[in-house]
Amino acid sequence: MLGWELPPHNSGGLGVACYHMSKALALQGASIDFVVPYAAEHPDVDFMTIHPATNLGPLARYGLMGAYDSKYLRQLGLDEVEAHDLNDMRGVQKRYVQFVEEMVKKQAPDAIHAHDWLTMEAGMRAKELTSAPLIVHVHATEFDRSGTDAGNPLVHEIEYQGLMMADRIIAVSNVTKNIIVRKYGIPAGKIEVIYNAIDVASLGSHGYDMRTYKYLESLKEEGYTIVSTVTRFTIQKGLTHFIRAAARASEKHDRLVFLLAGDGEQRNELISLAADLGIADKVFFTGFVRGKQWRDAYNVADIFVMSSVSEPFGLTALEAAHYNSALIITRQSGVGEILHNIFRYDFWDTDVLADQIVGIATSPSLAHELRQNVKHEYAQLSWHDVARQCMDLYGQTKSKVAA
Amino acid sequence: MSKRGIVLYLHVHQPLRVREYSVFDTAERHDYFDATDDSDRNNAKVLRKVADKSYRPMNALLEKLLATHPEFKVSLSITGTFMEQAEKWAPDVLESFKRLVATGRVEIVSETYYHSLAFFYSLEEFERQVEMHRDKVRELFGVETNVFRNTELSYNNSLAKWADDYGFKGILAEGWDPILGWRSPNFVYKPVGTKNIALLLKNYKLSDDLAFRFSNKAWEQWPLNADTYSEWTNASITDKSVINLFMDYETFGEHQWHDTGIFDFFEHFVERWLSNPANTFYTTSEAIDAHQPVGEIDMPHTVTWADTERDLTAWLGNSMQREALRHLYALEDDILRCGDAALIGDWRKLQTSDHVYYMCTKWFTDGDVHAYFSPYDSPYDAFLHFMNALRDVRYRLMENQRFKGGVLDG
Repeated sequence: MLGWELPPHNSGGLGVACYHMSKALALQGASIDFVVPYAAEHPDVDFMTIHPATNLGPLARYGLMGAYDSKYLRQLGLDEVEAHDLNDMRGVQKRYVQFVEEMVKKQAPDAIHAHDWLTMEAGMRAKELTSAPLIVHVHATEFDRSGTDAGNPLVHEIEYQGLMMADRIIAVSNVTKNIIVRKYGIPAGKIEVIYNAIDVASLGSHGYDMRTYKYLESLKEEGYTIVSTVTRFTIQKGLTHFIRAAARASEKHDRLVFLLAGDGEQRNELISLAADLGIADKVFFTGFVRGKQWRDAYNVADIFVMSSVSEPFGLTALEAAHYNSALIITRQSGVGEILHNIFRYDFWDTDVLADQIVGIATSPSLAHELRQNVKHEYAQLSWHDVARQCMDLYGQTKSKVAA
Repeated sequence: MSKRGIVLYLHVHQPLRVREYSVFDTAERHDYFDATDDSDRNNAKVLRKVADKSYRPMNALLEKLLATHPEFKVSLSITGTFMEQAEKWAPDVLESFKRLVATGRVEIVSETYYHSLAFFYSLEEFERQVEMHRDKVRELFGVETNVFRNTELSYNNSLAKWADDYGFKGILAEGWDPILGWRSPNFVYKPVGTKNIALLLKNYKLSDDLAFRFSNKAWEQWPLNADTYSEWTNASITDKSVINLFMDYETFGEHQWHDTGIFDFFEHFVERWLSNPANTFYTTSEAIDAHQPVGEIDMPHTVTWADTERDLTAWLGNSMQREALRHLYALEDDILRCGDAALIGDWRKLQTSDHVYYMCTKWFTDGDVHAYFSPYDSPYDAFLHFMNALRDVRYRLMENQRFKGGVLDG
């Protein structure tokens, strides 16, 4: 298993998904060697062997220069970088590939499972050396991350090669599968959709602190409905459409408040758009939230909107469901494919979103049914099912390569 | 001694579906039922499609069977919302129904004009809709109705009592095992606590063989042919009086497509059934005239012909459905007083039970999403558009009252 992070050293959903998937796979009898690009303790991992590819600390896994953003990635092939130059992401990746080469030479695996472009080069190299089947697992493509057709050409190139070389591809949704087919020209038959799950136990039941959003709570008591989204403020998340829909909904129902929890490059644009539309008093920007403030942003909400233009999966929607929100999700978000007790809309269709918001805000029974019924659904998603599907896939690819 | 016979009763219905009517349409436009897109919310489109697939070919077959077999009979219930739509978009279909009724061997069964659940909300409104339906049947077909069926075959003791007092000679219900126990649905019964009315109970096994299972390739009896079905029916009726085959008319051609062979099957079956001289067909009224009730049936709780539960949960099972109907019927007095015929008509069209059926979430929560038959993406969309339309009805009512107030003041 080739990954880039595991909890507690993760920055996002990729590490969480890899952790739960590996744990469930191990329970079904898989023996897993998991490679990460850094050296650290993983106190909760006793079900597989973790191999550090470098001596770097976890925070340096995107290079010693800091966090990763493909916009600033140096466009160098691995033969152009020095493996000892760990200031740079490409240097770390080169070291990672060399480590994997040594590892598979000693003992060839039955299958290689590589997550996202970060580890695809290592996956391809391991396949060359061992002729074990390569399974590329796509949690997000460069098209999703950039929110446009541009993105970083080097990353596109690596993704293209990885997808071409893979024996089978796992996509986390049909949204992602369609991007792989359309943008990279990969035959649909080579791609299996395996949805992520959610580990309800890990969300826990913590006390909700009424004080975190005291003003919003007081508005709720006056009959206001809180509509929230918790996300990065980037083009990919479709928030300008969300703000326009907020203004349209407010024309029809005045007791609405919109909570935008998070931060990002679009923050100022969104604030001034809300002002232009005359709803600045109804839109709350929390800035970057974590911990209690982050959880309570879900808790305070009556309605959670995922307005993404392109969202491979969208785990936050399941978290919102867990915290009792009614869900409205764009048709362009993968998580909407596995939930039925939600409202769906096309990300650009602000009137439909406004209609759905007003509908929930003005009907207690609609809000109640949505909240209650979606809980049954997300509780049925299980990492064991994900692992079972992966095991099936390993079996199929193994026999195919052998034949 | 009377012959034993099949009572074939077919239910003809199309609702007026609400278009994707948004909160931005409320108080602006009142065209709830006028979807013009290519969706299955476009009522004209659906009616024309089902006319081609079902009403035209099936009526042609029924005419042929009536002409060929003097003993062939059929009973039909035809909702007001269907008749109105057929008048507009398929007048030839309505003409063919008239020809069927004119043979004297096709009985029209009474029901609410709007295929509503009014019996459970307002007895006055319920009776008005029964009368509207009887009037429409007189106007179009020139006949009286004598046997009653309520929406979705919903039935309980108090409905039977009502129908008895109202003067109906018969009433239809589901022949549900937990009610019947060891008894057979293949007799005429009397509802408990009634004086003159008779009860006909659907033989759901033999009815559902056609309505639900006929084209199911996973069914061990597939493909069902007329000889086999004739054996089953002859065996089922031995020493008994009737077999009540009750189903949606649209079974023929719409639920079971033409290419499943349903039309040929049915034509051959009628022939096979009548080839036994002991057998005949009855209309619902004739079955009641020919056979005395053999016992009393007690149904204190409402039973329908729907789902494995045979109850009303598909219509009233969740809080959205109950809220929608509660708000709708709460307007009754004000709406009827306003005197605006168009507004009253729209309010009644919203009573059609299909609207709340589309809001049913039980398949979604059971994970059996494929059982959700609806022109909407989800039950929540169905509720949203319905409530926006209902709010517009309220808005029109307020406008109407304000206008009247203004006239009086002036």
